[in-house]
Amino acid sequence: MSSRTIAGPARGWEYVIGLEVHTELRTATKLFCGCPNAFGEEPNTSICPVCLGLPGSLPVMNAQAVDFAIRVGLALNATIQRSQFHRKNYFYPDMPKDFQISQYDVPINANGHLELPSGAVIGIERAHLEEDTGKLVHRGGGGRIESAEYSLIDYNRSGVPLLEIVSAPDIRDPEEAKEYVAELRSILVAVGASDGRMEEGSLRVDANVSVRPVGETQMRTRVEIKNLNSLRSLTRALEFEGRRQVQLYEDGEAMLQQTRFWDEARAVTGALRLKEEANDYRYFPEPDLPPVAPDPLVIEARRSELPEFLSTRRAQLADVLPELSRDLRETVITDECWPYLRAALDANITPHRAVARCANELVALLDEIGALSPSRFVEVLALEDEGKLGASQVKVLLREACLDPLAIPELVAKLGFTASDADAVKAMVAEVVASCTQEWSRYLAGDEKVAGFLLGQVMRRYGRQISGSDARQALTRLAEEARAESS
Amino acid sequence: MNDEILDWGIRELQRRLESAEVSAVEVLEAYQEQIAIQEPEVDAFLSLDLEAARRRASYQDERRARGERLGRLAGVPVVLKDNLCTINFPTTAASKILDGWVPPYNATVVDRLDEEDAIVLGKTNLDEFAMGSSTENSAFKITRNPHDLDRVPGGSSGGSAAAVASRMALAGLGSDTGGSIRQPAALTGIVGLKPTYGRVSRYGLLAFASSLDQIGPLAASVEDTALVAECIMGHDPRDATSLQEAPPQLLGSLSQGVQGIRIGVVTNLIEAANPEVQAGVEAAIQALARAGAIVEEVALKELAYGLAAYYVVAPAEASSNLARYDGVRYGLREPGVTVEEMMIATRTKGFGPEVKRRIMLGTYALSAGYYDAFYVTAQRVRTFVREAFARAYVSFDLLIAPTSPTTAFRIGERSNDPVEMYRSDVCTIPSNLSGDPAISVPAGVDADGLPIGVQLLGPALSEQVLFRAAFVIEEGLH
Repeated sequence: MSSRTIAGPARGWEYVIGLEVHTELRTATKLFCGCPNAFGEEPNTSICPVCLGLPGSLPVMNAQAVDFAIRVGLALNATIQRSQFHRKNYFYPDMPKDFQISQYDVPINANGHLELPSGAVIGIERAHLEEDTGKLVHRGGGGRIESAEYSLIDYNRSGVPLLEIVSAPDIRDPEEAKEYVAELRSILVAVGASDGRMEEGSLRVDANVSVRPVGETQMRTRVEIKNLNSLRSLTRALEFEGRRQVQLYEDGEAMLQQTRFWDEARAVTGALRLKEEANDYRYFPEPDLPPVAPDPLVIEARRSELPEFLSTRRAQLADVLPELSRDLRETVITDECWPYLRAALDANITPHRAVARCANELVALLDEIGALSPSRFVEVLALEDEGKLGASQVKVLLREACLDPLAIPELVAKLGFTASDADAVKAMVAEVVASCTQEWSRYLAGDEKVAGFLLGQVMRRYGRQISGSDARQALTRLAEEARAESS
Repeated sequence: MNDEILDWGIRELQRRLESAEVSAVEVLEAYQEQIAIQEPEVDAFLSLDLEAARRRASYQDERRARGERLGRLAGVPVVLKDNLCTINFPTTAASKILDGWVPPYNATVVDRLDEEDAIVLGKTNLDEFAMGSSTENSAFKITRNPHDLDRVPGGSSGGSAAAVASRMALAGLGSDTGGSIRQPAALTGIVGLKPTYGRVSRYGLLAFASSLDQIGPLAASVEDTALVAECIMGHDPRDATSLQEAPPQLLGSLSQGVQGIRIGVVTNLIEAANPEVQAGVEAAIQALARAGAIVEEVALKELAYGLAAYYVVAPAEASSNLARYDGVRYGLREPGVTVEEMMIATRTKGFGPEVKRRIMLGTYALSAGYYDAFYVTAQRVRTFVREAFARAYVSFDLLIAPTSPTTAFRIGERSNDPVEMYRSDVCTIPSNLSGDPAISVPAGVDADGLPIGVQLLGPALSEQVLFRAAFVIEEGLH
């Protein structure tokens, strides 16, 4: 696959980035209780003794959350294992038990990987289940906990299931980070685990970033940037942070292991707290929850139900059209486009034509697709492949096939297109070409520049009777036929 | 009449209620009178609502008059350790940090007692958050042993034990993390059961050490204890550690005896007890032997290590379980300029010294750099203890040992020596570490007339045979 130019934070430096993506799982209820897992409810209405962490309450595992975790794990090529829950102990008012039930040394998914559109393969260290915290709203004093007059807590989010997906430090620049999150998001949505809405907090990203001189293999002190909640914030924050770190090194200043936040308005990262001062989380096995041991039969069943991922489609396209540009490829592998392309390839339509019709005509028609099923699409493309219709006719016919459910041959008749139309255009072009023998031989010999002259002659003679694109198509076909005869 | 009512066990009471010889209100009144006499001296209750109890008794009389069939604990006055959540009473765990907190839900066991028509009189005193062996660690009051008011009733379920022993209730519920049901039962001369871990739902029990905590009954007789145990056991979907097994039938098999049952006498635990306690245990062993049990000695040295392991694991879990008492949502809140200061001030004022000690011990044991040396090692010892029991249960159906090395000690006697206090639990802790059931049964009194308790231990889910043996001891020593 095509490789991309990696952009370092400064000449001679490179980024080392690992991402922690937290995704809210789209379960019906919360991770450990029966409260609805809903977004946008009145504050503190979707709560019970368990998600409020009231004294005496106990957690009970949500089987649907485990199921989603398994699907994501399979999609990320991870090992799905018997896993244990741990308590992560620290005091914070949005956390009702003052510990978070999470997974520690034995997560449900370990050692996976994700292939990006660029072809880069990013390691996935783990994808583990944990509970979300409540939401703090600080009032007064700039909206930060240190300076607020008072704070309100909404525990609706407390206990919402999260899957934390931790990448290896394999990401080498901000664009790649963005690509990773976008690709991961598409997988999470495809398996039904997440709605992928970053703006609603369904997907939240923490980035671990350090820089090092190109060629250095060891990792330097890293900084964690919390809560990068859009792809734009992610790339901007990483770019800023990379430059900041390079500057520090070049100025000979100390790099501190820190947790920082991204200030979108000022476009800078700021220190939250020094990592050295951070809590010792005192992890220990959660005694209230038995280990989760996924049944191998369930895992296999989920594997067989996995949807087709973009990476699979890319691989299929790479087989038939290895030279395809990345833009075209990404356009045609979307869920909307792909069924049409796949049907066309299966019907042995010329691959580059199938891709071009998908990327140009079909994409423009997606909003009004109506009666244009993949099989009707293939019927139309077949007519073009057989030389029975010209490109401009195909364009009109495809639009008509959306609006009118009539069978394709009848639509062709209705539009007054006949096979002879294409033949007639070819005849017209042949006639012109016959009068320009010198230019024609140069064209046949591979001089593409002459095509413009030849087509100019055709247009001059026949004017509006035929379209330029049909004329070009006819010219191409005539050349193909001529070459075939001579070889 | 009232004294006679207090003499009745649960089944006797049920017969008299069914034959309309007595009404539930009359029973309640008898207990009310007893409470009026005893409670000022014993101080077992943290909350008491006799008016509500009376309304409930009266309503039961009406239902009975209408011909309704009532539950297995109809008319039975019971008390609950104040670490079980109740909608109708505050739940404090004997801690200032929860003073006045009324839970919005009932513990599963409270609902089960309710379904069986038990009449809850009130909530009983305990060592703060069940941390202690004397009930002296309560933030609110010191409960006294009805057999000698200068002595402790044991703990941490000392309030429930003292209430039952002084006949202020027919039965009580306690919780047992390291002996907190069995030891006070022994020190007050009643029966106390720690069921197999997972037999009784912990939902609604204010957690001390989640992997060790188990709720169980205390009552004056083996039969009453068995009946209450049957009522509270069984799977609960709200507790993920709750066992799927159906609750055992205990009452029906109570008098099946111990003919041919192999009982191991745990010599090293007996040696840990004082001579009078040893004599009580010996009498119980004789009673079992007379009933046809095969009795043999066995030394289980590994059990002695249990004490140290327990005092790592239990504080570690407690340090996490008690983190939620931070002043943010309920209970005490001390003012502070920042959230952190508020939390620190609240916890400093709200927790008593023993709770603080254990939170610090547990926090230390889980800290980076110490986790392996303390917590991991303690878990390994826990496995040793489990394996020692497993080996013993190849040769024996049950084990017998003292419940407590001594009889009831004087109030204040051990308050200044926490380690000496911790040693009170040496015989009971191993069962919590292994999760196996154990029961304490009265085995006579010492020279001062203080009750001695003998402990029967069995493998997981062996409650039925435990109760049969306990019944033999009760009958044999009567």
